[in-house]
Amino acid sequence: MGSNIILIGLAGVLAAAAPVIFATIGETLTERSGVINLSVNGSILLSAMAGFATAVRTDSLLLGFLAGMAVGAGVALVVAFSSITLKQSQVAVGFVLTLMCRDLAYFLGNPVMGVSGPRVAALPIPVLSQIPIIGPLFFNQDMVTYLSYVAIFVAFIWIFKTRAGLVLQGVGERPAAAFVRGANVNRMRYFYTILGGALVGLAGPAYSLSVKAGWKGTISGLDGIGWIALALTIFGGWNPLRAALGAYLFALLQWLGLVLQPSLPNIPSQVLQVAPFPLMILTLLLVNIGNTEWVERTLAGLPEDARRFLTRILRALRTSPPASLGVPFDQE
Amino acid sequence: MLKSKSFWTNLAFQVAAVVLALLFTTLVLLLAGAPPLEAFRNILIGSFGSTTKISDVLVSWIPLMLATTGLLVTFSAGLWNIGIEGQITLGAIFSTWLLKLLQSTSLPTPLILILAILAGMLGGALWAALAGALKTFGGVNEIFGGLGLNFVATALTIWLIFGPWKRPGIGSMSGTEPFKEHLWLPLISGFRLSPWALLIAVVGVAVVYWLLQGTYFGLRLKAVGKNMRAAFMLGIPTSRYMMSAFMICGAFAGLAGAVQVTAVYHRLIPSISSGYGYLGLLVAMLANYQILLAVPVALFFAALNIGSIQLPIVLKLDSSLSGVLQGALVLFVLMMGGVRQRWQERQQKIHKA
Amino acid sequence: MNVELIGIHKFFGPVHANDDIHLSIPSGTIQGILGENGAGKSTLMKVLSGFIHADQGQILLDGVEVHIHSPADAIKFGIGMLHQDPLDFPPMKVIDNFIVGSSGGNWVSRIFPDRVETLRAFTDLQKQFDFSIDPEAFIDTLTVGERQQLEILRLLWLGARVLILDEPTTGISTLQKVKLFAALRLLAEQGKTAIFVSHKLEDVEELCGRVAVLRQGKLVGEAAPPYNIDDLVKLMFGKTISIGVRQEIKPGSPIMTLHGLSIEDYRMRINATDLQVCEGEVIGLAGMEGSGQRIFLRTCAGLVRSVAGKIVVRETDLTGKNYPTFTRQGVAYVPASRMEEGLIPGLSLTEHFILAGEQKGMVVNREEATVVTKQRIVEFSIRGTPDTTVEALSGGNQQRALLALMKTPLSLILMEHPTRGLDVESAIYIWRKLKERCRQGTAILFISSDLDEILDYSDRILVFFAGKVSQPLDATQTTVEQLGQLIGGKGW
Repeated sequence: MGSNIILIGLAGVLAAAAPVIFATIGETLTERSGVINLSVNGSILLSAMAGFATAVRTDSLLLGFLAGMAVGAGVALVVAFSSITLKQSQVAVGFVLTLMCRDLAYFLGNPVMGVSGPRVAALPIPVLSQIPIIGPLFFNQDMVTYLSYVAIFVAFIWIFKTRAGLVLQGVGERPAAAFVRGANVNRMRYFYTILGGALVGLAGPAYSLSVKAGWKGTISGLDGIGWIALALTIFGGWNPLRAALGAYLFALLQWLGLVLQPSLPNIPSQVLQVAPFPLMILTLLLVNIGNTEWVERTLAGLPEDARRFLTRILRALRTSPPASLGVPFDQE
Repeated sequence: MLKSKSFWTNLAFQVAAVVLALLFTTLVLLLAGAPPLEAFRNILIGSFGSTTKISDVLVSWIPLMLATTGLLVTFSAGLWNIGIEGQITLGAIFSTWLLKLLQSTSLPTPLILILAILAGMLGGALWAALAGALKTFGGVNEIFGGLGLNFVATALTIWLIFGPWKRPGIGSMSGTEPFKEHLWLPLISGFRLSPWALLIAVVGVAVVYWLLQGTYFGLRLKAVGKNMRAAFMLGIPTSRYMMSAFMICGAFAGLAGAVQVTAVYHRLIPSISSGYGYLGLLVAMLANYQILLAVPVALFFAALNIGSIQLPIVLKLDSSLSGVLQGALVLFVLMMGGVRQRWQERQQKIHKA
Repeated sequence: MNVELIGIHKFFGPVHANDDIHLSIPSGTIQGILGENGAGKSTLMKVLSGFIHADQGQILLDGVEVHIHSPADAIKFGIGMLHQDPLDFPPMKVIDNFIVGSSGGNWVSRIFPDRVETLRAFTDLQKQFDFSIDPEAFIDTLTVGERQQLEILRLLWLGARVLILDEPTTGISTLQKVKLFAALRLLAEQGKTAIFVSHKLEDVEELCGRVAVLRQGKLVGEAAPPYNIDDLVKLMFGKTISIGVRQEIKPGSPIMTLHGLSIEDYRMRINATDLQVCEGEVIGLAGMEGSGQRIFLRTCAGLVRSVAGKIVVRETDLTGKNYPTFTRQGVAYVPASRMEEGLIPGLSLTEHFILAGEQKGMVVNREEATVVTKQRIVEFSIRGTPDTTVEALSGGNQQRALLALMKTPLSLILMEHPTRGLDVESAIYIWRKLKERCRQGTAILFISSDLDEILDYSDRILVFFAGKVSQPLDATQTTVEQLGQLIGGKGW
């Protein structure tokens, strides 16, 4: 009986993670091509609002999701244009857009605040959802969550198993070499940035039409998800599987925080609410610290065994970004 | 002859950017079903319509200018100090703490206020040092480190307001117990503006201007910002300079927080930083990282903020329209800068042939 | 395939990089293109390989005029270019690197590349040339020579019938050179064409069936074997160049002593090395890139910390100390990548001299600094003004600026690739200035891929191979062949 509640809770975790999965997978694809889309946070808010507002006005969930994706792709197009064609700083453009899209979301979303709207229905898969434990966990979800599973695997296979994926890796690592081999680097960067943006734009409605239906303006729990997705992209080593793992871990920790809150009355609720962010910093720390000079020097000063051991740990934790990330490519 | 030509070209592109930003905002207004001209008119009235409004604009300008000034130091070092919001908040927290500590003592009021302001600077500098250490010694990108710490700072504020520092009775979103009037930074009678705060802001701008333009520190900082590796090889202690940049900016942010507590709200409220940190980043970008240009830009942005307070009252629109306009301005100026570069490159190619 | 270049002109701004070049290369030839740095060889090859477009002129392949719009276009026509730093993907595997750029046969392999098939083709091809590259290895673990071999295989697999090689013998071992030359001869026998671009006379002399010499953008002469070296030199430089008599500088008292120094990085380990460097001495560090000489040099500057052993500079034990401490003891480090690690783009020459000079008070005195800068500009013959930003300077002038920024006096100068990419005049000037320092008692350790430079300027030579350090060799007693062998791991 108790295990049933846990299963339901965990199933909820999988569903709650879906928006983060979409955003992280999208950003992974974008960054693999060498572009950083820093506007993710604002993009998600804007697409969440747009998706919800569209769904309310047209009474169609599908149009809501499409609207969200269109918004995400549109914002990404601005990022792509500014950084690839106009060669402006990706960080600057992304940052301005993240702020502006947030304000746009609040401004345009004012009329639909607190309004109740359509919500994606649960869709248990026949047969599969009857399998003990795995069934209710994975296959008693809604369409959005199923899509998130698909996204992970398609992205993984695409990047690592297909020819186009190898070219994508090449473009991210050394655009000059990819160009020499016939890849239209800048066109590919546009494509993957917009594609990634569309996925980010899917994350918004995935939240406002499924996880926590409705648009509640500044009080929604959605502000900050975009930054987590950006950090998870790094933590995931630009690998969809590892990034998804991080996303599920993150959702799990949030859920644990809610669940354990009543049994820990002495810890203020803010601690558990804000816990993801120090955790994000901690993971980034672990991932990067092996690269710093002082660590290298300290390691060199240690006795052989300690040094070998620590180096191996740090090496396992380390992730390296695609070498051309953030650097514009002059295709002449 | 050639020099003035490029001056007019640049100006033309800047003007085009402003026009595009206005057009974009108009579109957004139309999308929201609101009358654009009415909205702009209300913003203007809301910011310059009366002396009270003008003084309110100045009150808003002060923390914004302080934040921007600090950010220009970190930008000089090549850093995106997104954590500035949290640094303002920590400045406010430290100030509040000191005022609470000394409010019932018999120390002369001016001394208490000076200490509160210094405490604010300390709080901001310490919080910035945290982000700085994460970056310098932990390799954590300052954007993520700063953001995470921003969220922590906000949570800390809420906890203080609803916990140890809550008002007698019940904790509320209106903040902590307001300080008695004698602990307020003296204001111009009838207005909410403090001439002392204004002085602090102006002095701050002058100090940073001198620091960045005329001193060895400023030049070394610039070197670190443009090429950290080469700066290190030339003998500049880059870690020390990066940490200094963070802490100077943190001190200015803390100063802004202290001003918010002692001169504006006279207590700690949940969103004491009021977005001045992020807005300061936009001001710095729009002013092309030139401190003298940042002064009027900050004034303009402050005017937009104050002016758009009218919008919910008069037109039932959300006041975040000012954020949309501010963002649009920076975005289009950035993009136009790129367009201008491409256009100039094309011109050069044509003249070569 | 016959290649014909007719009336090629290319301008870079006011610089006439290629001036009316006519060249005809029949198939089955190994054509040498000689010229010193800056003569226009690279430009011409970039035009032929589709990297840039000529302003005027035609390219004919087998008598038919072609328009090559991009490097990918070029390979479709059968022209493949091997760059000095091969354009490959460091973190990827050899086999994946092979796949990128090829297209699949049927529609399935267009989406999912057939690794098995590609592996088979790869193995068969490399057997022809006696190459032995592990297809599952990661590119960043290969040496430059192996990456070259890989790129040659890849270009041939894609159907290249003309192979352009840009300065291929810099930084590879003797054995790798032997294999490369054998491969090129085999290709020539098969009727393919190889174009060998170099500034190295001996290589061109040994390998090429014909030679064309470029100087200052023009084709100044062609030759066929047997070659007259002096004639070729005169064509290349327009005059006879002599480096000058090797100056014997008597070494003085010890400046730096290394005892049992061990250095480790994730790829290799240098074990227990001893060395003593005396005043006025020049020690050349030779070896293929990635053999350890760079990390060794950086350890001598305190940029990297050793894992065992001692470093003593002028009686002060500096073991484990950091770079600022070393600089205070009179050690200077000059990196190879001038714009990435040496100079600060966006800052002017004056600002660099302010940063490198003594600090007087808090405020910067710009007038005074400008005066000092003007003096240095004259002293080091730098083509620029005090307000010129350093990225606007040419490579040679950037290197002069780096020299000018060094303090005086110095105990030890550590230089990575002092004359990489510079024309002969600048290179000779740089070494003249360095030798002046030696006369004042400064010792120099330098890395170079140019064996001639190592032999011409060093008193003693250390050879590095996979982390192994040779005993110091007497430069006057060593030949190029011996050096090449050691670099390739033979004779240890």
